[in-house]
Amino acid sequence: MLKQMDGSDAVAEAVGLCRPEVIASYPITPQTHIVEALGSRVKKGTLGNCQFLNVESEFGAISTCIGSSAAGARTYTATSSQGMLFMMEGVYNASGLGLPIVMTVGNRAIGAPINIWNDWGDSMAARDAGWIQLFAETNQEAIDVHIQAFKLAEELSVPVMVCMDGFILTHAYARVDIPDQEQVDEFLPPFQPRQSLDPSAPISMGAMVGPEAFTEVRFLAHHKQIEALDLIPQQAAEFEKIFGRDSGGLVKSHDCEDKETVVVTMGSVIGTMKDVLADMRDDGHSIGGLTIRSYRPFPSEVLRQKLKTAKRVIVFEKSFALGMGGILAMNMRMALQDLPVKVHSVIGGLGGRPITRENLRRMFEKGMRDELEEPHLHDINMDVVNRELEREKAERRSGSIAENILQDVGVVAAAKGI
Amino acid sequence: MVDQVPETKQKVKFYQTGTFTVGNRLLDGEQRSVQATIDRSNSLDSGHRACQGCGEALGARFAIDAVMRATNNQMIAANATGCLEVFTTPYPETAWSVPWIHSLFGNAAAVGSGIAAAMKAKGREDVRVIAQGGDGGTTDIGFGCLSGMFDRNDDVLYLCYNNQGYMNTGVQRSSATPGAARTSTTMPVGPEPGNPFTVGKNVPLIAMGHQIPYVATASVSDLHDLEHKVTKAMSFRGARYLEIFVPCPLGWGSKTCDTIKLARMAVETGMYPLFEAEHGEITGATKIRNRRPVDEYLKLQRRFAHVFKKGNEHQLETLQSIADRNIKKFGLMDSEGADQ
Repeated sequence: MLKQMDGSDAVAEAVGLCRPEVIASYPITPQTHIVEALGSRVKKGTLGNCQFLNVESEFGAISTCIGSSAAGARTYTATSSQGMLFMMEGVYNASGLGLPIVMTVGNRAIGAPINIWNDWGDSMAARDAGWIQLFAETNQEAIDVHIQAFKLAEELSVPVMVCMDGFILTHAYARVDIPDQEQVDEFLPPFQPRQSLDPSAPISMGAMVGPEAFTEVRFLAHHKQIEALDLIPQQAAEFEKIFGRDSGGLVKSHDCEDKETVVVTMGSVIGTMKDVLADMRDDGHSIGGLTIRSYRPFPSEVLRQKLKTAKRVIVFEKSFALGMGGILAMNMRMALQDLPVKVHSVIGGLGGRPITRENLRRMFEKGMRDELEEPHLHDINMDVVNRELEREKAERRSGSIAENILQDVGVVAAAKGI
Repeated sequence: MVDQVPETKQKVKFYQTGTFTVGNRLLDGEQRSVQATIDRSNSLDSGHRACQGCGEALGARFAIDAVMRATNNQMIAANATGCLEVFTTPYPETAWSVPWIHSLFGNAAAVGSGIAAAMKAKGREDVRVIAQGGDGGTTDIGFGCLSGMFDRNDDVLYLCYNNQGYMNTGVQRSSATPGAARTSTTMPVGPEPGNPFTVGKNVPLIAMGHQIPYVATASVSDLHDLEHKVTKAMSFRGARYLEIFVPCPLGWGSKTCDTIKLARMAVETGMYPLFEAEHGEITGATKIRNRRPVDEYLKLQRRFAHVFKKGNEHQLETLQSIADRNIKKFGLMDSEGADQ
């Protein structure tokens, strides 16, 4: 059914259709509206016997999820930013225990300085935690990927994060097609756990494993991710058959075939990029786009196939490994290491910095001339940076960097009469 | 009950043939604590790797078996990281014959909440949930999750095995470590040797502050009382907290044969008051029959050796005053207040 709603409400609809049995809720912007919406559905009784727990922290949220999933209940929670970091010990633990929890990440920057707006610092911090990480481009895709996430998680007995850009998707009103309950039931069978805590067949979960077996256990966790490389496209095809939409999968091409330059990114930013790339193609440039929908597992082989004829790849990401550079770019370089392709690393949109058609086009053109520095900080104001570096050089106690920059930007803006 | 025991487990296991401890002989046959019987579930099986004289292993075995009896064997356990977890489940062995999960150090209460929610969602509220951990996993790192579980009144019995320190990691101070005690992080050096006399955390009283249905303290010196309190706890729905005093020979520097003696002396000196509370109100406390001075209790433990050295008399006096205050506060002597 077509509806006009914000991304959070749409995700709550989708999760509700998946018949969750336990939901842990803790507020953190920008995912809060999702658990609020689910809470009111549970209270109204529209989600049957689903239990909604108002927990005391994100660590409590993931921990209750671990308990309920281990006891065989279909389990859901959502988080963002600091919340993701606060639950991190449980995030690793859930995957180690092989618990098919589904968690939405409303992607948001990590502080300090505290910042509520979108980038991928939170889910990137959990990229090696053994969770599958799927990125949504639109609210429709967020709906569809959540439904696929439960099936994927439960088939492999591995937790799945659905990552959606905070505010840009979670708070954006858009027309979405909400699936019917019958369709979802056809696609997603009831949860049959591989193992669960059951008094009629007692097991011990979470035993200590020493050096004699830890390597093999970790490899098998990696192997589950590799299995997901086959399963994700299979389930996307099955989804398309029932719902009539191409949603999910490992990657999505936006006219990247046989192009000299291919922009690779994830999440919602491709929406703006698609227009820029189309304009540039109209102007005669050989340039296309490719989005990675499954960041973990990383679809290296598919990327090699898609990019084998490209001359250069511009990796655009909203994540920054301090002291190193672009995280997605590092992954891309590893995947493409045997191909004769130049990989540019561009980091942008940090802490919600607007990404516009104009600044994208300038950056793409620079990339096509192979003039991007490594890494390239998109839309950075180096004058502001340099003035702060000078202040720090001149005076040891030069004050808070964040405050100095804000004052600097404010003064400059006032002087320019902006 | 016997039929409920998994077939893979030995159904009958005799630890010793009958018990004739003093307390037992004073009771009617059916009221006695029985260590070995064909009906006993042996949820925490023999062959685990606890140290000789471990109070925690004893407390856990009696507590869990009592839960099994109270629930007709329909129970699930969540366990915090710590000695109990490590000595019972070195992969691929397990000493548990109940469904059991270890997740993390600081989240046993929340994992318990999650299991209870799953059982509710599935209409299996006959399956009851316990969460358990040592004092470090309870009073320190697991405190947020514990308080959250209390606050929501989730249907979980939390069992804290209090041995007054982080014994699994090598005897460090926890917020349940008593004043003056030597631990690896409160060494008996300097002008105030051992653990400082800070307020510490009295989690049973804090649990009462949450107005949860049932809070109690017990000691492995009185297993009959421990079983009674577990059974009583299981008669309530909602959040319940039972703290069990479990001496640790390794951490306390005591003889392994003195575990029960120390557990009893902690009660009889007033250092560890035994009481019960319902919905935030104390409903009863165990009276001390033979009150003893604290030095008799402390002398048996090397962790307090320095309080008997010249110049540290004030530490001994402070410890005695803590015991005196407990006796007054909880009315542990008939002469010290009304029978509660």
